[in-house]
Amino acid sequence: MKEHVYDCTYLSEEDFETEQVLFETWVPQARYAWDAGIAIGRYLAELKAGRLVGVHCPSCGRILVPPRMFCQDCFVSTDGFVPLQDTGTVITFSICHIRWDMVRLEHPLIPAVIAIDGASPGMGILHLLGEVDPKAVRIGMRVQAVWKPPEEREGAITDIRYFKPLE
Amino acid sequence: MLREVAIVGAGWSGFRSISPDLSYKEMMYEAAVRAYEDAGIDPRRDVDSFVTVAEDFMEGTSIFDEYTPDQLGGALRPNHTITGDGIHGLAAAVMQILTGQFDLVVVEAHSKASNVLTFPHILAYAMDPVYNRPLAFHPYAIAGMEMRRYLAETATPLEACARVVVKNRANALFNPLAAHGANISVEAVLGSDMVAEPLTRLQCADHADGAIVLVVADGATARALTDRPIWIRGIGWANDTHTLESRPWGEASYAYLAAQMAYRTAGIKSPRAEIDFAEIDDTFAYKELQHLEALGFCRPGEAGLWTLEGGTEINGEFPVNPSGGSLGMGHLLDGSGLARVLEVIFQLRGEAGRHQVKDAEVGMAFAWRGVPTTSGAAVILSN
Repeated sequence: MKEHVYDCTYLSEEDFETEQVLFETWVPQARYAWDAGIAIGRYLAELKAGRLVGVHCPSCGRILVPPRMFCQDCFVSTDGFVPLQDTGTVITFSICHIRWDMVRLEHPLIPAVIAIDGASPGMGILHLLGEVDPKAVRIGMRVQAVWKPPEEREGAITDIRYFKPLE
Repeated sequence: MLREVAIVGAGWSGFRSISPDLSYKEMMYEAAVRAYEDAGIDPRRDVDSFVTVAEDFMEGTSIFDEYTPDQLGGALRPNHTITGDGIHGLAAAVMQILTGQFDLVVVEAHSKASNVLTFPHILAYAMDPVYNRPLAFHPYAIAGMEMRRYLAETATPLEACARVVVKNRANALFNPLAAHGANISVEAVLGSDMVAEPLTRLQCADHADGAIVLVVADGATARALTDRPIWIRGIGWANDTHTLESRPWGEASYAYLAAQMAYRTAGIKSPRAEIDFAEIDDTFAYKELQHLEALGFCRPGEAGLWTLEGGTEINGEFPVNPSGGSLGMGHLLDGSGLARVLEVIFQLRGEAGRHQVKDAEVGMAFAWRGVPTTSGAAVILSN
Protein backbone atom coordinates (compact mmCIF):
# COMPACT_ATOMS: atom_id res chain seq x y z
CA MET A 1 0.00 0.00 0.00
CA LYS A 2 2.90 2.34 0.53
CA GLU A 3 3.23 3.16 -3.12
CA HIS A 4 -0.26 4.74 -3.09
CA VAL A 5 -0.41 8.45 -2.53
CA TYR A 6 -3.97 8.99 -1.32
CA ASP A 7 -4.48 9.67 2.34
CA CYS A 8 -7.44 7.39 2.92
CA THR A 9 -8.59 3.95 4.04
CA TYR A 10 -8.10 1.30 1.37
CA LEU A 11 -10.68 -1.34 0.56
CA SER A 12 -9.98 -4.86 1.75
CA GLU A 13 -11.19 -8.19 0.44
CA GLU A 14 -13.42 -8.38 3.50
CA ASP A 15 -15.12 -5.13 2.53
CA PHE A 16 -16.26 -6.74 -0.71
CA GLU A 17 -17.29 -10.02 0.93
CA THR A 18 -19.37 -8.28 3.59
CA GLU A 19 -20.91 -5.97 0.99
CA GLN A 20 -19.45 -2.87 2.52
CA VAL A 21 -18.71 -1.84 -1.05
CA LEU A 22 -21.86 -0.64 -2.79
CA PHE A 23 -22.79 -1.17 -6.41
CA GLU A 24 -25.63 -0.06 -8.61
CA THR A 25 -26.59 -2.75 -11.11
CA TRP A 26 -28.77 -2.53 -14.20
CA VAL A 27 -29.46 -5.13 -16.85
CA PRO A 28 -29.91 -3.47 -20.23
CA GLN A 29 -32.64 -4.64 -22.55
CA ALA A 30 -31.24 -3.84 -25.94
CA ARG A 31 -33.11 -5.59 -28.73
CA TYR A 32 -32.84 -4.78 -32.41
CA ALA A 33 -34.28 -6.07 -35.68
CA TRP A 34 -31.89 -5.02 -38.43
CA ASP A 35 -33.51 -4.44 -41.81
CA ALA A 36 -31.84 -6.90 -44.16
CA GLY A 37 -32.55 -4.78 -47.22
CA ILE A 38 -31.80 -5.94 -50.76
CA ALA A 39 -28.37 -7.56 -50.60
CA ILE A 40 -28.54 -9.30 -47.23
CA GLY A 41 -32.20 -10.18 -47.79
CA ARG A 42 -31.44 -12.01 -51.02
CA TYR A 43 -28.39 -13.70 -49.46
CA LEU A 44 -30.46 -15.04 -46.57
CA ALA A 45 -33.28 -16.18 -48.88
CA GLU A 46 -30.75 -18.07 -51.01
CA LEU A 47 -29.21 -19.67 -47.93
CA LYS A 48 -32.67 -20.91 -46.99
CA ALA A 49 -32.85 -22.47 -50.45
CA GLY A 50 -29.46 -24.09 -49.93
CA ARG A 51 -27.50 -21.84 -52.28
CA LEU A 52 -24.70 -19.29 -52.03
CA VAL A 53 -24.87 -16.15 -54.17
CA GLY A 54 -22.55 -13.25 -54.84
CA VAL A 55 -22.94 -9.99 -56.75
CA HIS A 56 -21.20 -8.65 -59.86
CA CYS A 57 -19.46 -5.27 -60.05
CA PRO A 58 -19.83 -3.80 -63.57
CA SER A 59 -16.75 -1.63 -63.06
CA CYS A 60 -14.01 -3.97 -61.81
CA GLY A 61 -15.82 -7.12 -62.92
CA ARG A 62 -15.31 -8.84 -59.59
CA ILE A 63 -17.83 -11.25 -58.07
CA LEU A 64 -18.27 -10.10 -54.48
CA VAL A 65 -19.48 -12.24 -51.58
CA PRO A 66 -21.25 -11.74 -49.21
CA PRO A 67 -23.49 -9.66 -51.48
CA ARG A 68 -23.64 -5.87 -51.23
CA MET A 69 -25.39 -3.32 -53.41
CA PHE A 70 -22.18 -1.40 -54.08
CA CYS A 71 -18.57 -2.21 -54.80
CA GLN A 72 -16.51 -0.61 -52.05
CA ASP A 73 -13.50 -0.27 -54.36
CA CYS A 74 -15.25 1.31 -57.36
CA PHE A 75 -18.21 2.97 -55.59
CA VAL A 76 -20.68 1.85 -58.23
CA SER A 77 -23.87 -0.15 -57.82
CA THR A 78 -23.48 -3.88 -58.31
CA ASP A 79 -25.64 -5.07 -61.19
CA GLY A 80 -26.87 -8.55 -60.41
CA PHE A 81 -26.71 -11.69 -58.33
CA VAL A 82 -24.47 -14.54 -59.40
CA PRO A 83 -24.81 -18.17 -58.25
CA LEU A 84 -21.72 -19.53 -56.53
CA GLN A 85 -20.48 -23.00 -55.58
CA ASP A 86 -20.72 -24.13 -51.98
CA THR A 87 -17.09 -25.17 -52.12
CA GLY A 88 -13.98 -23.13 -51.49
CA THR A 89 -10.47 -22.75 -50.17
CA VAL A 90 -9.35 -21.84 -46.65
CA ILE A 91 -7.70 -18.38 -46.72
CA THR A 92 -6.98 -18.33 -42.99
CA PHE A 93 -8.25 -19.97 -39.81
CA SER A 94 -7.81 -20.15 -36.07
CA ILE A 95 -8.41 -22.90 -33.55
CA CYS A 96 -10.41 -21.15 -30.88
CA HIS A 97 -10.50 -22.69 -27.41
CA ILE A 98 -12.90 -20.21 -25.85
CA ARG A 99 -16.49 -19.35 -26.75
CA TRP A 100 -17.56 -15.73 -27.27
CA ASP A 101 -18.55 -15.52 -23.59
CA MET A 102 -15.17 -16.82 -22.39
CA VAL A 103 -16.35 -20.36 -21.64
CA ARG A 104 -13.43 -22.74 -22.25
CA LEU A 105 -14.35 -25.29 -24.90
CA GLU A 106 -13.62 -28.99 -24.71
CA HIS A 107 -13.84 -29.20 -28.50
CA PRO A 108 -12.40 -26.03 -30.02
CA LEU A 109 -14.23 -24.05 -32.70
CA ILE A 110 -12.38 -23.55 -35.98
CA PRO A 111 -13.40 -20.20 -37.51
CA ALA A 112 -12.09 -19.81 -41.04
CA VAL A 113 -12.36 -17.44 -43.98
CA ILE A 114 -13.18 -19.48 -47.05
CA ALA A 115 -12.64 -18.17 -50.58
CA ILE A 116 -15.80 -19.33 -52.36
CA ASP A 117 -15.53 -21.01 -55.74
CA GLY A 118 -17.08 -18.77 -58.38
CA ALA A 119 -16.28 -15.53 -56.50
CA SER A 120 -13.26 -13.36 -57.23
CA PRO A 121 -9.93 -14.13 -55.55
CA GLY A 122 -9.81 -13.05 -51.94
CA MET A 123 -13.61 -12.95 -51.68
CA GLY A 124 -14.51 -15.24 -48.83
CA ILE A 125 -17.14 -15.86 -46.25
CA LEU A 126 -16.43 -16.33 -42.58
CA HIS A 127 -17.69 -19.63 -41.21
CA LEU A 128 -16.64 -22.64 -39.15
CA LEU A 129 -14.83 -25.82 -40.14
CA GLY A 130 -16.10 -29.21 -38.98
CA GLU A 131 -15.60 -32.94 -39.42
CA VAL A 132 -11.87 -32.27 -39.33
CA ASP A 133 -9.02 -32.87 -36.90
CA PRO A 134 -7.93 -29.33 -35.87
CA LYS A 135 -4.33 -30.41 -36.32
CA ALA A 136 -5.03 -31.27 -39.95
CA VAL A 137 -6.40 -27.85 -40.98
CA ARG A 138 -4.15 -25.97 -43.39
CA ILE A 139 -4.27 -22.73 -45.37
CA GLY A 140 -5.29 -23.72 -48.88
CA MET A 141 -7.40 -26.68 -47.71
CA ARG A 142 -10.35 -27.39 -50.02
CA VAL A 143 -13.70 -27.45 -48.19
CA GLN A 144 -17.43 -27.78 -48.87
CA ALA A 145 -20.52 -26.52 -47.01
CA VAL A 146 -22.50 -28.95 -44.87
CA TRP A 147 -26.09 -27.71 -45.01
CA LYS A 148 -28.88 -28.19 -42.54
CA PRO A 149 -31.78 -30.20 -43.99
CA PRO A 150 -34.24 -27.90 -45.87
CA GLU A 151 -36.94 -28.07 -43.19
CA GLU A 152 -34.50 -26.76 -40.56
CA ARG A 153 -33.21 -23.82 -42.59
CA GLU A 154 -34.47 -20.41 -41.57
CA GLY A 155 -32.64 -17.94 -43.80
CA ALA A 156 -29.58 -17.47 -41.62
CA ILE A 157 -25.83 -17.92 -41.90
CA THR A 158 -26.26 -20.95 -39.63
CA ASP A 159 -28.24 -22.71 -42.40
CA ILE A 160 -24.75 -23.92 -43.22
CA ARG A 161 -23.61 -25.97 -40.23
CA TYR A 162 -19.93 -25.72 -41.17
CA PHE A 163 -17.53 -26.44 -43.99
CA LYS A 164 -15.79 -29.84 -44.10
CA PRO A 165 -12.74 -30.98 -46.02
CA LEU A 166 -13.44 -31.98 -49.64
CA GLU A 167 -12.34 -35.48 -50.37
CA MET B 1 -12.59 31.49 -40.37
CA LEU B 2 -9.07 30.83 -41.65
CA ARG B 3 -10.39 29.45 -44.93
CA GLU B 4 -13.74 29.77 -46.62
CA VAL B 5 -15.80 26.58 -46.27
CA ALA B 6 -18.86 25.62 -48.31
CA ILE B 7 -21.27 22.76 -48.81
CA VAL B 8 -21.07 21.66 -52.44
CA GLY B 9 -23.23 18.55 -52.44
CA ALA B 10 -26.16 17.13 -50.51
CA GLY B 11 -27.90 13.76 -50.65
CA TRP B 12 -30.51 11.92 -48.68
CA SER B 13 -32.42 8.67 -48.39
CA GLY B 14 -35.82 8.61 -46.71
CA PHE B 15 -37.49 9.75 -44.60
CA ARG B 16 -40.02 7.13 -43.56
CA SER B 17 -41.42 5.53 -40.41
CA ILE B 18 -40.02 2.17 -41.46
CA SER B 19 -37.61 1.16 -44.23
CA PRO B 20 -37.42 -2.65 -44.41
CA ASP B 21 -36.51 -2.51 -48.11
CA LEU B 22 -33.08 -1.01 -47.40
CA SER B 23 -30.36 -1.98 -44.96
CA TYR B 24 -28.65 0.93 -43.21
CA LYS B 25 -25.72 0.46 -45.59
CA GLU B 26 -27.99 0.66 -48.65
CA MET B 27 -29.69 3.73 -47.19
CA MET B 28 -26.33 5.44 -46.63
CA TYR B 29 -25.21 4.43 -50.14
CA GLU B 30 -28.32 5.95 -51.71
CA ALA B 31 -27.74 9.22 -49.85
CA ALA B 32 -24.05 9.20 -50.78
CA VAL B 33 -24.70 8.57 -54.49
CA ARG B 34 -27.07 11.56 -54.52
CA ALA B 35 -24.59 13.79 -52.69
CA TYR B 36 -21.65 12.92 -54.96
CA GLU B 37 -23.75 13.36 -58.08
CA ASP B 38 -24.90 16.71 -56.72
CA ALA B 39 -21.28 17.76 -56.09
CA GLY B 40 -19.98 16.22 -59.31
CA ILE B 41 -17.25 14.25 -57.56
CA ASP B 42 -15.89 10.73 -57.42
CA PRO B 43 -15.43 9.76 -53.75
CA ARG B 44 -12.70 7.24 -54.56
CA ARG B 45 -10.62 9.93 -56.27
CA ASP B 46 -11.58 13.32 -54.85
CA VAL B 47 -12.54 13.05 -51.18
CA ASP B 48 -9.80 13.68 -48.62
CA SER B 49 -11.63 12.57 -45.48
CA PHE B 50 -14.94 11.05 -44.33
CA VAL B 51 -16.72 12.05 -41.12
CA THR B 52 -19.53 9.85 -39.82
CA VAL B 53 -21.77 10.27 -36.82
CA ALA B 54 -23.37 7.35 -34.99
CA GLU B 55 -24.27 6.11 -31.54
CA ASP B 56 -23.57 2.42 -30.88
CA PHE B 57 -26.64 1.86 -28.70
CA MET B 58 -28.89 3.14 -31.47
CA GLU B 59 -27.18 0.95 -34.07
CA GLY B 60 -27.11 -2.22 -31.97
CA THR B 61 -23.44 -2.75 -32.81
CA SER B 62 -20.45 -1.91 -30.65
CA ILE B 63 -17.71 0.17 -32.26
CA PHE B 64 -20.18 0.90 -35.05
CA ASP B 65 -17.58 3.23 -36.61
CA GLU B 66 -16.12 0.19 -38.33
CA TYR B 67 -19.22 -0.24 -40.49
CA THR B 68 -19.41 3.16 -42.14
CA PRO B 69 -16.64 3.44 -44.79
CA ASP B 70 -17.65 1.04 -47.61
CA GLN B 71 -21.04 2.49 -48.49
CA LEU B 72 -19.60 6.03 -48.59
CA GLY B 73 -16.63 5.18 -50.78
CA GLY B 74 -14.38 5.59 -47.75
CA ALA B 75 -12.63 2.23 -47.54
CA LEU B 76 -8.83 2.56 -47.33
CA ARG B 77 -9.21 6.31 -46.78
CA PRO B 78 -9.07 8.66 -43.75
CA ASN B 79 -12.24 8.14 -41.71
CA HIS B 80 -13.19 10.19 -38.65
CA THR B 81 -16.04 8.71 -36.65
CA ILE B 82 -17.73 10.50 -33.79
CA THR B 83 -20.75 10.31 -31.56
CA GLY B 84 -22.76 13.48 -31.52
CA ASP B 85 -25.35 15.12 -33.70
CA GLY B 86 -24.76 15.47 -37.44
CA ILE B 87 -23.94 19.16 -36.96
CA HIS B 88 -21.14 18.12 -34.60
CA GLY B 89 -19.95 16.00 -37.53
CA LEU B 90 -20.21 19.00 -39.83
CA ALA B 91 -18.12 20.97 -37.31
CA ALA B 92 -15.50 18.21 -37.44
CA ALA B 93 -15.43 18.48 -41.24
CA VAL B 94 -15.08 22.27 -41.08
CA MET B 95 -12.19 21.95 -38.64
CA GLN B 96 -10.44 19.43 -40.87
CA ILE B 97 -10.71 21.83 -43.80
CA LEU B 98 -9.48 24.73 -41.65
CA THR B 99 -6.27 22.79 -40.94
CA GLY B 100 -5.36 23.20 -44.59
CA GLN B 101 -4.66 19.46 -44.86
CA PHE B 102 -8.06 18.57 -46.35
CA ASP B 103 -9.93 20.27 -49.18
CA LEU B 104 -12.93 17.98 -49.65
CA VAL B 105 -14.61 16.23 -46.71
CA VAL B 106 -17.77 14.12 -46.59
CA VAL B 107 -20.14 14.11 -43.60
CA GLU B 108 -22.76 11.42 -42.97
CA ALA B 109 -25.44 10.74 -40.36
CA HIS B 110 -28.45 8.45 -40.38
CA SER B 111 -31.28 6.90 -38.41
CA LYS B 112 -32.59 3.37 -38.33
CA ALA B 113 -34.76 4.17 -35.35
CA SER B 114 -37.35 1.63 -36.48
CA ASN B 115 -34.81 -1.13 -35.87
CA VAL B 116 -34.44 -0.33 -32.17
CA LEU B 117 -37.09 -2.58 -30.64
CA THR B 118 -36.51 -1.51 -27.05
CA PHE B 119 -36.11 2.22 -27.62
CA PRO B 120 -37.36 3.26 -24.15
CA HIS B 121 -34.78 0.97 -22.55
CA ILE B 122 -31.97 2.46 -24.62
CA LEU B 123 -33.14 5.97 -23.74
CA ALA B 124 -33.37 5.06 -20.04
CA TYR B 125 -29.81 3.78 -20.30
CA ALA B 126 -28.72 7.34 -21.03
CA MET B 127 -29.74 8.37 -17.51
CA ASP B 128 -27.18 8.55 -14.70
CA PRO B 129 -27.13 4.99 -13.34
CA VAL B 130 -26.76 5.93 -9.67
CA TYR B 131 -28.56 9.21 -9.15
CA ASN B 132 -31.40 9.10 -11.66
CA ARG B 133 -32.05 5.78 -13.39
CA PRO B 134 -33.32 3.85 -10.35
CA LEU B 135 -36.22 6.33 -10.07
CA ALA B 136 -37.69 4.55 -13.08
CA PHE B 137 -39.68 7.35 -14.70
CA HIS B 138 -39.59 7.68 -18.50
CA PRO B 139 -36.86 10.13 -19.60
CA TYR B 140 -39.53 12.16 -21.41
CA ALA B 141 -40.45 13.40 -17.92
CA ILE B 142 -37.25 15.45 -18.10
CA ALA B 143 -38.84 17.23 -21.06
CA GLY B 144 -42.05 17.53 -19.04
CA MET B 145 -40.20 19.15 -16.15
CA GLU B 146 -38.26 21.45 -18.43
CA MET B 147 -41.40 22.42 -20.33
CA ARG B 148 -43.24 23.25 -17.09
CA ARG B 149 -40.40 25.45 -15.87
CA TYR B 150 -40.03 27.14 -19.27
CA LEU B 151 -43.74 27.88 -19.51
CA ALA B 152 -43.79 29.22 -15.93
CA GLU B 153 -40.74 31.47 -16.37
CA THR B 154 -41.86 32.92 -19.68
CA ALA B 155 -45.65 32.90 -19.18
CA THR B 156 -45.93 31.04 -22.47
CA PRO B 157 -49.39 29.55 -23.02
CA LEU B 158 -49.81 25.82 -23.72
CA GLU B 159 -51.62 26.75 -26.90
CA ALA B 160 -48.38 28.18 -28.32
CA CYS B 161 -46.69 24.78 -27.98
CA ALA B 162 -49.61 23.16 -29.74
CA ARG B 163 -49.37 25.72 -32.55
CA VAL B 164 -45.77 24.64 -33.14
CA VAL B 165 -47.03 21.10 -33.79
CA VAL B 166 -49.87 22.30 -36.02
CA LYS B 167 -47.49 24.50 -38.04
CA ASN B 168 -44.67 21.97 -38.43
CA ARG B 169 -46.84 19.03 -39.35
CA ALA B 170 -48.72 21.22 -41.85
CA ASN B 171 -45.40 22.40 -43.33
CA ALA B 172 -44.44 18.75 -43.70
CA LEU B 173 -47.44 18.19 -45.98
CA PHE B 174 -45.62 20.37 -48.55
CA ASN B 175 -42.34 18.51 -48.09
CA PRO B 176 -42.11 15.27 -50.09
CA LEU B 177 -39.27 14.04 -47.84
CA ALA B 178 -41.30 14.35 -44.64
CA ALA B 179 -42.67 11.26 -42.94
CA HIS B 180 -45.27 12.80 -40.63
CA GLY B 181 -47.12 15.55 -42.47
CA ALA B 182 -50.62 16.08 -41.09
CA ASN B 183 -53.45 18.54 -40.83
CA ILE B 184 -54.27 18.62 -37.11
CA SER B 185 -55.79 21.08 -34.67
CA VAL B 186 -54.54 22.73 -31.50
CA GLU B 187 -57.29 20.89 -29.64
CA ALA B 188 -56.14 17.52 -30.98
CA VAL B 189 -52.56 18.24 -29.89
CA LEU B 190 -53.52 19.32 -26.38
CA GLY B 191 -56.09 16.54 -26.09
CA SER B 192 -53.77 13.73 -27.16
CA ASP B 193 -52.55 11.22 -24.58
CA MET B 194 -50.68 12.75 -21.69
CA VAL B 195 -47.04 11.59 -21.69
CA ALA B 196 -45.38 13.61 -18.91
CA GLU B 197 -47.40 16.64 -17.89
CA PRO B 198 -47.67 19.14 -19.45
CA LEU B 199 -46.25 17.26 -22.46
CA THR B 200 -48.79 15.40 -24.61
CA ARG B 201 -48.14 12.65 -27.14
CA LEU B 202 -48.51 14.83 -30.25
CA GLN B 203 -45.96 17.32 -28.90
CA CYS B 204 -43.24 14.66 -29.08
CA ALA B 205 -41.60 14.05 -32.46
CA ASP B 206 -42.03 10.51 -33.80
CA HIS B 207 -38.97 8.85 -35.24
CA ALA B 208 -38.16 8.21 -38.87
CA ASP B 209 -35.51 6.29 -40.79
CA GLY B 210 -33.22 8.06 -43.23
CA ALA B 211 -29.69 9.10 -44.10
CA ILE B 212 -28.06 12.38 -45.09
CA VAL B 213 -24.68 12.89 -46.75
CA LEU B 214 -23.05 16.30 -47.30
CA VAL B 215 -19.94 17.20 -49.28
CA VAL B 216 -17.94 20.05 -47.75
CA ALA B 217 -15.09 21.92 -49.46
CA ASP B 218 -12.71 24.81 -49.00
CA GLY B 219 -13.51 27.99 -50.97
CA ALA B 220 -11.29 27.37 -53.98
CA THR B 221 -12.41 23.78 -54.40
CA ALA B 222 -16.03 24.82 -53.93
CA ARG B 223 -15.83 27.47 -56.65
CA ALA B 224 -14.18 24.99 -59.00
CA LEU B 225 -16.95 22.44 -58.42
CA THR B 226 -20.08 24.57 -58.46
CA ASP B 227 -21.43 28.02 -59.18
CA ARG B 228 -23.84 27.80 -56.28
CA PRO B 229 -21.95 26.77 -53.16
CA ILE B 230 -23.71 27.08 -49.82
CA TRP B 231 -21.29 28.90 -47.56
CA ILE B 232 -20.73 27.96 -43.95
CA ARG B 233 -20.51 31.38 -42.27
CA GLY B 234 -20.23 30.16 -38.72
CA ILE B 235 -20.55 27.02 -36.65
CA GLY B 236 -20.69 26.53 -32.90
CA TRP B 237 -21.46 23.93 -30.27
CA ALA B 238 -21.83 23.81 -26.51
CA ASN B 239 -22.89 21.60 -23.63
CA ASP B 240 -24.38 22.58 -20.30
CA THR B 241 -23.92 20.44 -17.18
CA HIS B 242 -25.27 16.92 -17.45
CA THR B 243 -26.60 16.95 -13.90
CA LEU B 244 -30.36 17.08 -13.80
CA GLU B 245 -30.08 18.44 -10.28
CA SER B 246 -28.43 21.72 -11.21
CA ARG B 247 -29.58 22.78 -14.64
CA PRO B 248 -31.14 26.09 -15.56
CA TRP B 249 -34.43 24.35 -16.37
CA GLY B 250 -36.21 27.26 -17.95
CA GLU B 251 -33.66 28.29 -20.54
CA ALA B 252 -31.53 26.41 -23.08
CA SER B 253 -28.06 27.71 -22.19
CA TYR B 254 -26.37 25.21 -24.51
CA ALA B 255 -28.32 26.67 -27.44
CA TYR B 256 -27.40 30.23 -26.46
CA LEU B 257 -23.70 29.39 -26.23
CA ALA B 258 -23.62 27.33 -29.44
CA ALA B 259 -25.32 30.17 -31.33
CA GLN B 260 -23.06 32.85 -29.86
CA MET B 261 -20.03 30.87 -31.03
CA ALA B 262 -21.49 30.61 -34.52
CA TYR B 263 -22.50 34.31 -34.57
CA ARG B 264 -19.01 35.39 -33.52
CA THR B 265 -17.48 33.50 -36.43
CA ALA B 266 -20.09 34.76 -38.86
CA GLY B 267 -19.88 38.34 -37.55
CA ILE B 268 -23.61 38.40 -36.83
CA LYS B 269 -24.71 41.04 -34.33
CA SER B 270 -28.49 40.96 -34.79
CA PRO B 271 -29.62 37.43 -35.64
CA ARG B 272 -33.24 38.31 -36.38
CA ALA B 273 -32.27 41.07 -38.80
CA GLU B 274 -29.39 39.23 -40.45
CA ILE B 275 -30.83 35.71 -40.72
CA ASP B 276 -33.86 35.02 -42.91
CA PHE B 277 -35.18 31.69 -41.55
CA ALA B 278 -34.19 28.82 -39.27
CA GLU B 279 -34.43 25.07 -39.02
CA ILE B 280 -34.17 24.39 -35.31
CA ASP B 281 -34.64 21.44 -33.03
CA ASP B 282 -38.29 20.71 -32.20
CA THR B 283 -37.95 17.21 -30.71
CA PHE B 284 -40.62 18.44 -28.30
CA ALA B 285 -42.89 21.30 -29.35
CA TYR B 286 -41.85 23.65 -26.52
CA LYS B 287 -38.23 23.16 -27.60
CA GLU B 288 -38.80 25.14 -30.78
CA LEU B 289 -39.97 28.09 -28.66
CA GLN B 290 -37.24 27.74 -26.03
CA HIS B 291 -34.57 27.39 -28.72
CA LEU B 292 -35.90 30.39 -30.70
CA GLU B 293 -35.35 32.52 -27.60
CA ALA B 294 -31.96 31.02 -26.70
CA LEU B 295 -30.71 31.50 -30.26
CA GLY B 296 -31.53 35.19 -29.98
CA PHE B 297 -34.30 35.41 -32.57
CA CYS B 298 -36.60 36.91 -29.94
CA ARG B 299 -36.59 37.71 -26.22
CA PRO B 300 -37.55 35.18 -23.54
CA GLY B 301 -41.31 34.86 -23.45
CA GLU B 302 -41.84 36.19 -26.98
CA ALA B 303 -41.53 32.99 -29.01
CA GLY B 304 -44.94 31.66 -28.03
CA LEU B 305 -46.80 34.84 -28.90
CA TRP B 306 -44.78 35.20 -32.11
CA THR B 307 -45.84 31.68 -33.06
CA LEU B 308 -49.50 32.31 -32.19
CA GLU B 309 -49.42 35.43 -34.39
CA GLY B 310 -48.13 33.32 -37.30
CA GLY B 311 -44.72 35.03 -37.42
CA THR B 312 -42.85 31.72 -37.76
CA GLU B 313 -44.94 30.21 -40.53
CA ILE B 314 -43.52 29.71 -44.02
CA ASN B 315 -44.95 33.03 -45.20
CA GLY B 316 -44.39 34.74 -41.85
CA GLU B 317 -41.81 37.32 -40.85
CA PHE B 318 -39.29 34.64 -39.79
CA PRO B 319 -40.06 31.13 -41.05
CA VAL B 320 -39.10 28.40 -38.56
CA ASN B 321 -38.87 24.79 -39.66
CA PRO B 322 -40.40 25.24 -43.11
CA SER B 323 -39.39 21.59 -43.69
CA GLY B 324 -41.74 20.48 -40.94
CA GLY B 325 -38.91 20.02 -38.45
CA SER B 326 -38.56 16.80 -36.52
CA LEU B 327 -42.26 16.93 -35.63
CA GLY B 328 -43.16 16.86 -39.32
CA MET B 329 -40.24 15.09 -41.00
CA GLY B 330 -39.65 12.56 -38.22
CA HIS B 331 -36.88 12.58 -35.65
CA LEU B 332 -33.73 11.06 -37.16
CA LEU B 333 -31.80 10.43 -33.93
CA ASP B 334 -28.33 11.88 -34.51
CA GLY B 335 -29.20 12.48 -38.15
CA SER B 336 -31.67 15.18 -37.08
CA GLY B 337 -29.20 18.06 -37.30
CA LEU B 338 -28.18 17.20 -40.87
CA ALA B 339 -31.88 16.98 -41.81
CA ARG B 340 -32.15 20.58 -40.61
CA VAL B 341 -29.02 21.53 -42.61
CA LEU B 342 -30.38 19.73 -45.69
CA GLU B 343 -33.50 21.89 -45.61
CA VAL B 344 -31.45 25.08 -45.20
CA ILE B 345 -29.47 24.05 -48.29
CA PHE B 346 -32.67 23.46 -50.29
CA GLN B 347 -34.05 26.83 -49.19
CA LEU B 348 -30.84 28.75 -50.01
CA ARG B 349 -30.68 27.11 -53.42
CA GLY B 350 -34.33 27.91 -54.05
CA GLU B 351 -35.08 24.18 -54.42
CA ALA B 352 -37.58 23.79 -51.60
CA GLY B 353 -40.61 23.64 -53.89
CA ARG B 354 -43.94 24.14 -52.17
CA HIS B 355 -42.32 24.95 -48.85
CA GLN B 356 -39.89 27.50 -50.31
CA VAL B 357 -39.24 30.58 -48.17
CA LYS B 358 -39.15 33.89 -50.08
CA ASP B 359 -35.79 35.64 -50.44
CA ALA B 360 -33.86 33.05 -48.44
CA GLU B 361 -30.24 34.20 -48.31
CA VAL B 362 -29.04 33.35 -44.80
CA GLY B 363 -30.33 30.44 -42.73
CA MET B 364 -29.53 28.74 -39.46
CA ALA B 365 -29.72 25.08 -38.51
CA PHE B 366 -29.67 24.11 -34.84
CA ALA B 367 -29.62 20.63 -33.30
CA TRP B 368 -30.10 19.30 -29.78
CA ARG B 369 -29.26 15.70 -28.87
CA GLY B 370 -32.50 15.15 -26.97
CA VAL B 371 -33.20 14.09 -23.39
CA PRO B 372 -31.37 13.79 -21.12
CA THR B 373 -28.64 15.82 -22.88
CA THR B 374 -27.71 19.49 -22.93
CA SER B 375 -25.78 19.11 -26.14
CA GLY B 376 -26.40 21.62 -28.92
CA ALA B 377 -24.83 22.62 -32.23
CA ALA B 378 -25.59 25.51 -34.57
CA VAL B 379 -24.51 26.40 -38.09
CA ILE B 380 -25.15 29.50 -40.19
CA LEU B 381 -25.32 29.06 -43.95
CA SER B 382 -25.70 31.50 -46.84
CA ASN B 383 -25.98 31.33 -50.61
